[in-house]
Amino acid sequence: MSITKLTVSALAIAAVSATGASAQSRDNVQIAGSSTVLPYATIVAEAFGENFTFPTPVVESGGSSTGLRRFCEGVGENTTDIANSSRPIRESEIATCAENGVTDIIEVRIGYDGIVFASDIDGAGFEFTPSDWYLALAAELPVDGAMVANANTMWSDVNGDLPAQEIAAFIPGTRHGTREVFDEKVILQGCEDTGAFDAIMEINGGDDDAAEDACMSIRGDGVSVDIDGDYTETLARISANPEGIGVFGLAFYQNNTDTLQVATMSGVVPSVESISTGEYPVSRPLFFYIKAAHLDVIPGLQEYADFFISDDIAGPWGPLAAYGLVSDPELAATQEAVATRVTMGSM
Amino acid sequence: MTDASSNTPRLTTSIIEPDPRTRRRNASERRFRAYGLAAIGTGIAALIFLVISIVSNGYTAFLQTYITIPVELSEQRLDPQGNRDPEEMARVTTFGYAPVLAMALQSHLIEQGIPMDGVNPRDLMAMISQEAPAQVRNLVLANPEIVGQTLDMEMLASGRIDGYFKGRVTLESAERDSNVSPAQLALAAAMAEAGLMDTRFNWAFITGPDASGQRPEAAGLGVAILGSLYMMIVVLALALPIGVAASIYLEEFAPKNRFTDIIEVNISNLAAVPSIVFGILGLAIFINFAGLPQSAPIVGGLVLTLMTLPTIIIATRASLRAVPPSIRDAALGLGASKMQSVFHHVLPLAMPGILTGTIIGLAQALGETAPLLLIGMVAFVREFPDAPPEGLFDPTSALPVQVFSWTQRADPAFVERASGATIVLLVFLVSMNLLAVMLRRRFERRW
Repeated sequence: MSITKLTVSALAIAAVSATGASAQSRDNVQIAGSSTVLPYATIVAEAFGENFTFPTPVVESGGSSTGLRRFCEGVGENTTDIANSSRPIRESEIATCAENGVTDIIEVRIGYDGIVFASDIDGAGFEFTPSDWYLALAAELPVDGAMVANANTMWSDVNGDLPAQEIAAFIPGTRHGTREVFDEKVILQGCEDTGAFDAIMEINGGDDDAAEDACMSIRGDGVSVDIDGDYTETLARISANPEGIGVFGLAFYQNNTDTLQVATMSGVVPSVESISTGEYPVSRPLFFYIKAAHLDVIPGLQEYADFFISDDIAGPWGPLAAYGLVSDPELAATQEAVATRVTMGSM
Repeated sequence: MTDASSNTPRLTTSIIEPDPRTRRRNASERRFRAYGLAAIGTGIAALIFLVISIVSNGYTAFLQTYITIPVELSEQRLDPQGNRDPEEMARVTTFGYAPVLAMALQSHLIEQGIPMDGVNPRDLMAMISQEAPAQVRNLVLANPEIVGQTLDMEMLASGRIDGYFKGRVTLESAERDSNVSPAQLALAAAMAEAGLMDTRFNWAFITGPDASGQRPEAAGLGVAILGSLYMMIVVLALALPIGVAASIYLEEFAPKNRFTDIIEVNISNLAAVPSIVFGILGLAIFINFAGLPQSAPIVGGLVLTLMTLPTIIIATRASLRAVPPSIRDAALGLGASKMQSVFHHVLPLAMPGILTGTIIGLAQALGETAPLLLIGMVAFVREFPDAPPEGLFDPTSALPVQVFSWTQRADPAFVERASGATIVLLVFLVSMNLLAVMLRRRFERRW
């Protein structure tokens, strides 16, 4: 009885306060999503609050998938206006959105983010290729027509040019959007480069998808550790184990150059420049999605979106680039699309 | 027979010399005491280690480095129209103010004869916090008449420069740091010598709002403290009356049957439910069903109320049970009704225990982050909420949430801020628990 009593009283209070709440409408922009986009979004939100009369938007973290799920919950003041995402929205998410009445979505690409490999500054330096990472981290490697468990334990086993140091990798957990990019652009690429992909195809009789899955299955014997937390956790792991190599975002590395040294990938040093020219191979676009139905309802939403991608902010000399975002060469087209509210699917 | 019984044992017992059995018993007692001391010692050592690591990392968060220089608020840059209309002047953004400050710093350094070897204008600008242009802009927009004057301005130094005076950044680390150069640090040292830069107590850490990853020097706890305070108000206003009413009914009026037994078991179970479950409940009921706003302290308070209720009910029932039945009997015997006996005699005597339980419940709620994750309070919030009751519906953050989000930021300067926030949180928790102990000491009665 007490439980029901509690729920009933709580509901009663909620109902009373809800009537009070609906009387006042929300005047701040509400944003949720990717923890990779979060630092950029907070920089923009802060500058937006300073330079406009609108209140500073509220930015929540939680991950791309969580952000998009909440974004797709429906239209109304108690739903978010913008979802930050470190990957493009999926078809299934668009379908969920449509089911809940969120039909008009504006996709905004804010720029590119590089994924870098870094180790302790006092340790040995590394020059990687995707093949090295595949050979170091794959669960099973094809040898003479059969799949055998990966026996490499030293970087020098993988590639004679690398230092004789134990393999200890800290890679993003599967809940991160970064992991998807790592799997595709590093592990799968390495699988193809080493010829393992074709070898696996031969073993399994030409099944493309199964070969891709086999390539991207990471060994579970403790050599590679999934980090489900943030980059600060990866950094802590590396300071505890100086032989470890971690996967970071470029912006995080740039903030910690006094404790980390970066490895080259295929001979290219990751930097804002080498990523913007496409020379550095491991990068991905970052996005945010706007609920078009909220545009004329929530004050400041259109202005925030315009401000985010303005040259002052997202351009090559803006604060986002200074923090580590690689600015989008096609920014002008994005600005135009946001100003004229071009929704997805209408193009 | 009498010889055998009186001879051997009597001889060995002496009041001066303990026998082997007594010695063994004494030794085992001493061992037990040693174990006890060791257990307490381990606990205290862990506590001391925790406190030392937090305080040594975090005390610097309460200090901040400021630059004080005269700034010429040039009309040409800040009010190009020259009509001192704040609306027109607002078109000059903070990006327009930043160079004004950098130029002011440069010309003042030249005037003072402080050499700027190896520091280009861009590096000079990077020594001033990005918060400073916003502060100056707000000042100018509020007082348009000061444009054209030259005023002494106090600005925050950037995080790396501040870190140099706190020992976090050194000349060696600056060699390898892409965000600061040894030349900038040398200039900072020269400026400090000339009295242009000083490190002092930083109230803004406690009163100011959060800041983005680019300006750790400006990040403060103001919004988070207010958010936590608002939530505690909601919890106190709801959990105390509901909890006390429920316990009085259960303890004094409800019949003892299977039904009340089930409730009793459930309340005890509820106290052990993982707090994130209350967050899921809060999202479903208060936000999705009742339509309350996200990130609002009212929702956080309601969720924490549900979480704290079992603690309060259990504590209240225990202290009601501790009131001797003779008090109730005496009241009833003198003709008081059941309700009069409870409210006039039992409840006042149980009050100290109830208050202690409530405060401990509140302290537990204050340190909770997990349920807030789902209702949108783990967020970057810079706007201060209004005064209650309207403010209860404005977005805010909370103290433990602020610690959580600062530990995730890339800039190493946030490590000190997160520890500083932990110190503030610990001070609140310790003072609440101290209050609970004092109340118990002051009002507790024994029969």
